[in-house]
Amino acid sequence: MAKTVDAKHIISITVENKPGVLARISGLFSSRGFNIDSLAVGETEEPTLSRMTIVVKGDEATLEQIRKQLGKIIDVVKVQDFSGLDFVERDLALLKVNAPAAKRGEILQIVEVFRGKIVDVGQRHLMIELSGPEAKIEAMIALMQPYGIKEVARTGRIAMVRGVK
Amino acid sequence: MSKKSKTSKPVERGREPKTGSQILVDALIAEGAQVIFGIPGGALIDVFDALYDAPLRFILTRHEQGAAHAADGYARATGRVGVCMATSGPGATNLVTGIATANFDSVPIVAITGQVPTNLIGNDAFQEADITGICRPITKHSFLVKDVKELARVIKEAFYIASTGRPGPVLVDLPRDVSRAVCEGNPSSEISLRGYKPVYEGNIKQIRLAAKVINDASRPVIYAGGGVIISGASEQLRALAKKAHIPATTTLMALGAFPEDHPLSLGMLGMHGTAYANHAVMESDLIIAIGARFDDRITGKVDAFAPHAKILHIDIDPASISKNIRVDVPVVGDAKNILENLIPLVEPAEHKEWLKTIAKWKKDRPLTYSDTGLKPQYIVEQICEATKGEAIIATEVGQNQMWAAQFFTFTRPRSIITSGGLGTMGYGFPACIGAQVGCPDKIVFDIAGDGSIQMNIQELATAVNNQLPVNVAILNNGYLGMVRQWQELFFKKRYSHTTLTGSPDFSKVAQAYGAEGRLIEKKEDVRPALEEAVASPRTFVLDFHIDPEENVFPMVPAGEALDKMIDGLA
Ligand SMILES: Cc1ncc(C[n+]2csc(CCOP(=O)(O)OP(=O)(O)O)c2C)c(N)n1
Ligand SMILES: [Mg+2]
Repeated sequence: MAKTVDAKHIISITVENKPGVLARISGLFSSRGFNIDSLAVGETEEPTLSRMTIVVKGDEATLEQIRKQLGKIIDVVKVQDFSGLDFVERDLALLKVNAPAAKRGEILQIVEVFRGKIVDVGQRHLMIELSGPEAKIEAMIALMQPYGIKEVARTGRIAMVRGVK
Repeated sequence: MSKKSKTSKPVERGREPKTGSQILVDALIAEGAQVIFGIPGGALIDVFDALYDAPLRFILTRHEQGAAHAADGYARATGRVGVCMATSGPGATNLVTGIATANFDSVPIVAITGQVPTNLIGNDAFQEADITGICRPITKHSFLVKDVKELARVIKEAFYIASTGRPGPVLVDLPRDVSRAVCEGNPSSEISLRGYKPVYEGNIKQIRLAAKVINDASRPVIYAGGGVIISGASEQLRALAKKAHIPATTTLMALGAFPEDHPLSLGMLGMHGTAYANHAVMESDLIIAIGARFDDRITGKVDAFAPHAKILHIDIDPASISKNIRVDVPVVGDAKNILENLIPLVEPAEHKEWLKTIAKWKKDRPLTYSDTGLKPQYIVEQICEATKGEAIIATEVGQNQMWAAQFFTFTRPRSIITSGGLGTMGYGFPACIGAQVGCPDKIVFDIAGDGSIQMNIQELATAVNNQLPVNVAILNNGYLGMVRQWQELFFKKRYSHTTLTGSPDFSKVAQAYGAEGRLIEKKEDVRPALEEAVASPRTFVLDFHIDPEENVFPMVPAGEALDKMIDGLA
């Protein structure tokens, strides 16, 4: 079949909050050879449901298969591809960076511009909390690189469509 | 069902609290289960105690793989859900090939496995296996029951999921403490499945579009798959073909969905399909795919498949649409339902030129073989004649399967029981046992190979023990024949590990199990032996020593276009 260009898609999956569901979904991706960029899971407003936000890359045909195969999983209640919709996306990152006294001022300034937070202060390091769209986090990581990043932890993206239906 | 009189009906057991095992048995009965295939063990011993005097037939197989295939054969032959049971650990893992086989061919079975007690799960306890994990990619759904209060609901959901939508196997894993636990109160057994809503009715706009492309086509071909049989749409399929004079080819799974003695029948398509079916597909301007999934054994080289055709695809599984082949007109839903709505919109047509072209292909390139010595094709034709074409035919895998598909004239649905998707050697014999249990009045044959039959030959004990008059016709070529054929054609006759030296005399093996066994070496002995087997009420094994290097033709080499068939006669 004709391949179109690969694009990143955010897929939001509402699932039954039951044991084994995560394995079913991640298993589907691995057994059918789909690649996951990131995956975030959490409870929703309804305690018996969880929401998984998955970022995947693929052409239109692959994405169509992903959506349909996800829909076939019995515990999947809803599959929504956010492509083409107006949505808000957030990623949360924690960064531990080298911060000798001489550099601290600069770093704090950058953190302020990015509206990040310092959540831990040590002799030689700072821990920064930052949330926002992926591009913002990537930019912050790039800016911190020269100081020396010791550790990064990221949640993966979560997303929600704007407005009320 | 000899023990029926001993027990009271489940409803009469009244209000006293039941154990998990009793709940399971009652729930199975409530779902209409009549027979279970399986083998007991420690983790299921409480369940087996409840089965001891339950009004359910239990067929003790000699291997759990046999139990899974028998449940599958039962389901395919009857259309009902098949049930199999195995203990934890090795019992459960022995079911795996059977579950995968059923999954690939969309067969509704419910597999119940024992599990170690919940407090030991994850502790590497004796005979523990994470069977729901192992089976995750090969089941439609699975349950690990952790609370006896869920059990009745789970069994109901398991049968519902297995038998609706695109059917498939459902696994219920039952820890020993749950089967022993007493259930207090009266928990609901109502189905609660928010995420599962199979679509049966086709979108009317799509159906209109389908009618339009059919009415516009001048060289249409129906390509029917197993979904037609599952949906019970054979009659509608015939009506559609007849109304607009559309020739119909079927997959291996759909043999019998369209009567092969009908003038519009093209027989089977694909790798070992008829030349005329494959030519028709390649020349067609509209493929009407119904309940089929464009498997690579059907399409051949995907890019070269039906180059001039639009593709209309009717299927209950939206994920089957445009998976391998881009579809122009998809209609998602139940085949029978959609065809019923489609047929009135289809205009009568003659397609005279097209049918003339096809008639010429049929005349020029019929299915044939050179009838010298003892040929497997001749034996299959004789099985068809001796049973008036009314037998249920199970097959193993290999050349035997293809000869059965090519040379038996299938005229009714649910008459072929074969592992299409997974291609499981050892499937046919236990599956034919299941089919015979489900259809006691039918003549049942397993058309087998000498390799495949040895993969579940122990089930002779099951057949004999249950006085099942199944017949096994071994097309004994002394080879893993299909692999040998590839080696002959594509690997310069380097027969690497395909010679089956050391096979026993199968007629004597049969006799040792208490079945009838005959060894047949001459053509003239074929028919009398078949007549004897068909007339006999006993399990019958016919060991036909066939021409060892006979091949299956025509053949489309793997990865080639469908019309690049080779045949050995030219
Ligand atoms: C369980 C399993 N193992 C291996 C294969 C690969 N395989 C396909 S056909 C075949 C040979 C089958 O031999 P036999 O049963 O004698 O049938 P024949 O082709 O000779 O008719 C083999 C080994 C398979 N399909 N299934
Ligand atoms: Mg053989």
